[in-house]
Amino acid sequence: MTDLGNIALWVALLIGCWGSAVAFVGGRTGRAELALSAERAVYVTWGLLVIASVGLMRALLTHDFNVEYVASYTSRNLPVYYTWSAFYAGQKGSLLLWAIVVATFGSAALLANRGRYRELMPYVAGVVLVVVTFFVAVMLFASNPFERLGFTPPDGRGLNPQLQNPGMTIHPPMLYLGYTSITIPFAFAVAALLSGRLDTGWLHAIRRWTLLSWLFLSCGIVLGMWWAYVELGWGGYWAWDPVENASFLPWLTMTAFLHSVMIQEKRGMLKRWNVGLVVGSFLLSIFGTFITRSGVISSVHSFTQSSVGYFFLAFLLFAAVAGFSLLYYRWPELEAEAKLESMVSREAAFLFNNLIFIVIAFSVLWGTLFPILSEWVKGTKVTVGPPFFNQVNVPLGLLLLLLTGIGPLIAWRRASPGNLKRQFRWPVAAMLLTAVALAAARISDGWAIAAYALAAFVTTTVAQEFVRGTGARHRLHGESIPVALGRLIARNRRRYGGYVVHLGMVMLFAGFAGLAFKSDTEATLKPGESVTVRSPYGHAYRFTHQGVSQYEQLNRFVSAASMDVWRDEKYLGVMKSEKRQHMDSMGRPTFEPSTEVAIRSDLREDVYLVYAGSVQGTEEAVYRITLNPLVWWVWYGGVVLVIGGLITMWPGDAPTAASRRRAAPAGYVAQVTT
Amino acid sequence: MKAQTKFLIGGGLILATVGYLMASGIKETGVYYLTPSELAAKVRTDHSFYDVGMKMGARVVKGSIQRDVASQTITFRVTDGVQSYPVVYRGLAPDTFTDEVDVVVEGRLQPDGTFRATTLLAKCGSRYEASPTQGGPRV
Repeated sequence: MTDLGNIALWVALLIGCWGSAVAFVGGRTGRAELALSAERAVYVTWGLLVIASVGLMRALLTHDFNVEYVASYTSRNLPVYYTWSAFYAGQKGSLLLWAIVVATFGSAALLANRGRYRELMPYVAGVVLVVVTFFVAVMLFASNPFERLGFTPPDGRGLNPQLQNPGMTIHPPMLYLGYTSITIPFAFAVAALLSGRLDTGWLHAIRRWTLLSWLFLSCGIVLGMWWAYVELGWGGYWAWDPVENASFLPWLTMTAFLHSVMIQEKRGMLKRWNVGLVVGSFLLSIFGTFITRSGVISSVHSFTQSSVGYFFLAFLLFAAVAGFSLLYYRWPELEAEAKLESMVSREAAFLFNNLIFIVIAFSVLWGTLFPILSEWVKGTKVTVGPPFFNQVNVPLGLLLLLLTGIGPLIAWRRASPGNLKRQFRWPVAAMLLTAVALAAARISDGWAIAAYALAAFVTTTVAQEFVRGTGARHRLHGESIPVALGRLIARNRRRYGGYVVHLGMVMLFAGFAGLAFKSDTEATLKPGESVTVRSPYGHAYRFTHQGVSQYEQLNRFVSAASMDVWRDEKYLGVMKSEKRQHMDSMGRPTFEPSTEVAIRSDLREDVYLVYAGSVQGTEEAVYRITLNPLVWWVWYGGVVLVIGGLITMWPGDAPTAASRRRAAPAGYVAQVTT
Repeated sequence: MKAQTKFLIGGGLILATVGYLMASGIKETGVYYLTPSELAAKVRTDHSFYDVGMKMGARVVKGSIQRDVASQTITFRVTDGVQSYPVVYRGLAPDTFTDEVDVVVEGRLQPDGTFRATTLLAKCGSRYEASPTQGGPRV
């Protein structure tokens, strides 16, 4: 089966090369049989990658330790659900996952659109095949998952215990899905540029695919934050580490695109910019792979440093030159159809929104690359840490939050004073009221006050939209309130789904602003001793150390330290944090000990307890207690964001671009109320 | 004034502000990232280099880790194969911190030649891929 997998990869390489060649020739000459051959090459490549994946999966599940990859990432006593997640625990397996995901998305895009965009599809197939073939070539020439060892070890080295977590079984695939599916919008953009079919028709396809990869990427990022929070024990969820930044960069450019594409659909502006954003998002996803795999930037995420990174660098340069030359080639045809008429208009709000997304992306990129840049320029590496990213991005993020409230409500073209008054009276009142209330409550952090005031502003704008829309249906169609609300959302999925996404963002910002009030306490306690910690809300938490117990469990040896917890003298229960030493099947310790954090979560704050170790052989334990306000809002904000994205994406009777465009000059307000 | 001109002015203001924030952010929070040999070379030529905040990336010398749990102090030596420095760190070490791992310590070199670290990040070896390792306490 392993050999079959290896053969499948070689065949995929040949078919991929053939298919990419005929795709571009077929697109150029318009010869249908070549186009058809290219399309079939995508499906066949997909099938071959399925065979390769089944081969690797089988090797993992049957413990074929003669295969280097299997021996490196699994062991006999690893639970079966983590054994299959070892598929993407290492670089070689994740390359295969990437290839098969791109091939799957590519096949799906071809099947879904083959009848619709005839001139585009050969090029789409061609780009997909080039990308897939690249991944297959990297595997075959630099990082083959089917590589065999010269001997068969009795047991494998096991999976890192920090990856033995349910969040870790879904976080990497989600991120990969997000990263790789950017290939499809990129393929459509390249196809449109090559074929010269630059009307808004292809925008529809590209927007949906971008939304899909945006959704996967959002899920992947939030799951990664959650995993870092519950598993790593440092009490935070985002550290501006290069690898985190690498996933954040394409997310920013895609978010910018999802907004600016509306301007193109409604007003025919920003065409060049939008193509640039799609190309840029794809390049950033490849760039992210390059910096994480090549070791050019030091990160606490340590991936194996290998030559693979330089394959990605070469591919990045190739894709950048190809993408931007095509854009330059079609530059005159992408002339804007309209001009900005007023600064007080939706166009202007969206332009600023895009500017800020790009500026954030630039500053994150700059901070991430600064060690390399400074070494080139000055000869010494200078690194910047979280304070740099926070200093730049907190003000920008808040400005963006303000625009989240303004953009969807302000009129197109030119907003009248009446429009402004009608739309923003209540939201502004809510914003001021929140700011005054927080200041009166002696909150001293200015950024946090601004964040919550803006959160109130945006929430009110969204609530107002839902209330007005529902009210209008209730009056006009005589529907009951719940029916009216349901139909309102169902009939305008894109718009109201977008509002739900915005609500999710508000919740995320509320959670981020809670970081301003985080507190850390370290305590060394004998059994029976207590420590009292004050929370930002003024509660007194009392923790009493019960003792340390030790036992064996599954594939590990556990030391567990327990605390009784009281809040304002009301008993909350026991919290137990563990140190785990994982064992191999012979009972020898493997890996370093890992920490299991105890977390008690509610809407207001998390109690986050880490057992850091005992004083030489006694039950006297060292703890770190973190009180983390509003973390809950980050996770549920992520859930709301995804729900909103799903509403927006739900397939069905989407109005055509043309009908939307006719309705546009009247503005959204008129659409709802008339 | 035309709307486009106004937008360019507004955009220019944002860019200028961000440029300023980035420049000052790098100036205030940027720290040198050095290997022990580079640090030794710096100190030899510039004696004022003691007590400057920096990061040092190196490997923990096998058998050098001494933990005092009561005072939560860890002392160990790091090396890049050429130069080595003793490090004193007070706080909780990450799970992955052990003999012969690559670490990044952030702190200051004292005039007595010890490196006083305020944060300690440890990387894991080659068996660890596709996911972050433990960070020290960070914000």
